[in-house]
Amino acid sequence: MTPPAPRHDELSQTRQEILDATGAPVVVFDKVSLAFDDKVVLRDVSFTLIKGHTKIFLGASGAGKSTILKLILGLLKPDKGVIWVNGERVDLMNELELMRVRADLGMVFQEGALFDSLTVRENVGYKLWEELRWPLDRVDRRVEEILGFIGLAEHIDKMPSELSGGQRRRVAIARAMAAKPRVLLYDEPTTGLDPITATTVDEEIVKLRDLEGVSSIVVTHQLRDAFYIATHNALRNDDVRIVAADEDKSDEAEFIMLKDGGIVFEGPAGELKRSSDSYLRTFLS
Amino acid sequence: MPEFVNSWLKAAVLELQEYVRLCSAVVRGAFTRPFYYRDLIEQFDQIGWGSLTVVILTGVFTGAVLALQGGMTLDQFGARPFVGRLVSASMVKELGPVLTALMLTSRVGSAIAAELGSMVVAEQVNALRALGTDPVRKLVVPRVLAGTMMCPVLTVVSAGLGVIGGWVIATFQLHVASSVYWTSVLDGLYRQDPWMGLIKAVFLGFAIVSIGCHVGLRTHGGTQGVGRAVTNAVVAASVAVLAVDFFLTRLLITVMY
Repeated sequence: MTPPAPRHDELSQTRQEILDATGAPVVVFDKVSLAFDDKVVLRDVSFTLIKGHTKIFLGASGAGKSTILKLILGLLKPDKGVIWVNGERVDLMNELELMRVRADLGMVFQEGALFDSLTVRENVGYKLWEELRWPLDRVDRRVEEILGFIGLAEHIDKMPSELSGGQRRRVAIARAMAAKPRVLLYDEPTTGLDPITATTVDEEIVKLRDLEGVSSIVVTHQLRDAFYIATHNALRNDDVRIVAADEDKSDEAEFIMLKDGGIVFEGPAGELKRSSDSYLRTFLS
Repeated sequence: MPEFVNSWLKAAVLELQEYVRLCSAVVRGAFTRPFYYRDLIEQFDQIGWGSLTVVILTGVFTGAVLALQGGMTLDQFGARPFVGRLVSASMVKELGPVLTALMLTSRVGSAIAAELGSMVVAEQVNALRALGTDPVRKLVVPRVLAGTMMCPVLTVVSAGLGVIGGWVIATFQLHVASSVYWTSVLDGLYRQDPWMGLIKAVFLGFAIVSIGCHVGLRTHGGTQGVGRAVTNAVVAASVAVLAVDFFLTRLLITVMY
């Protein structure tokens, strides 16, 4: 006699236990392919993001880096393959079901994509107030806490147009993390910023990963920022310090190099630097 | 079939399919949760209150010019006292709803296409989805509801002021007695006429705003694309106003009279 099928709440509980464990897979791509008309964007892409770790996608423009983030969010559907996000199969979900998955994801878009007509406070608190229906005083407390964390507390009542490029990106990070998602996706978070401002954005990414336990996927073609994120660690004693990470910590950040829609390299920073592949050498030089 | 005709037809069918999908999503969004009440009130203010001045001016001047031109023509038959009949029938059934709709197209349809187009180009629409918001419910439903409800209200204002504009010209320029004018205004209208004007306005309001939203949400190609979207929205909505008006008039005459 076959045992009775597990109930839905039992499955949810089991899934939660798996996701709460150290080393749990939070994002899994299994042979994912996507093409727009005749143009192949992704070809049999497979990778796994482990809880609390970082994946850094490198590649030339048009290599399919941003497409991967849109697939994770369910903004695009793959032609082939399977995508798991926080234990849910997003490639089969409709828009309504995807809203549930997106509740546990945060995305930082290129240029920030802040809402022009809302203040910094309203942008950061948008999801809490508009979607999660938190009471206003609780939203305010959370917004002030996050803006304090990223050092923009004094800009809370400004409009996005009054902020510099770097400040807008950091507000976008604050907005993405407001609801404490387990996974944050960064699409070219430092493109177009000067090196000093870019470093402040990199530090926010490192702090969120190491102090808040957020798993991250970073898409970039800024090598300096990619290596900074991979090789630094945030520590909290009396204050927060960003220090050079040891080798074990650095290995938790894996680089994935995309070329023509496929993965040509996957591994930690040290291995990438030592690679003798001619394409990688050209890209890194 | 030549290749360009084939691809044009495919693109046209795709546009129509996406428009119908958007309209069905709007209907679903209008009757199911979540609702974004604040956005709805804001759109009532922008579409209704914001368009009032232009609609008042359009109504007054159209009624006045109708009385001027109509008076000259009616004089040929010695029928000047009937000018009120001409003004009321034209304004209430036809010019009120159509001119109000065309004014809304230029003011509201273009603004919606530009706003939503800019949001698409700046990835704000994707950001909304990433934050768990359905852009149709947040951006489209409030606009379409406000447009559909405010267009009839603005039509009443426009037609009413058109008749008053006609009265000013009839009284002070054509020297038709006030009582004769107002009797003629009422005599010129069937009981169904105001309903025809209102029903048309509901459909025209829906068409203008839904087309503006559809074109805006399908914007691509950066700032140039936003400019193209505005032009397309105004052209498509203007043509739609005239076409919907014709077919609806035909249908309503058959059904109501």
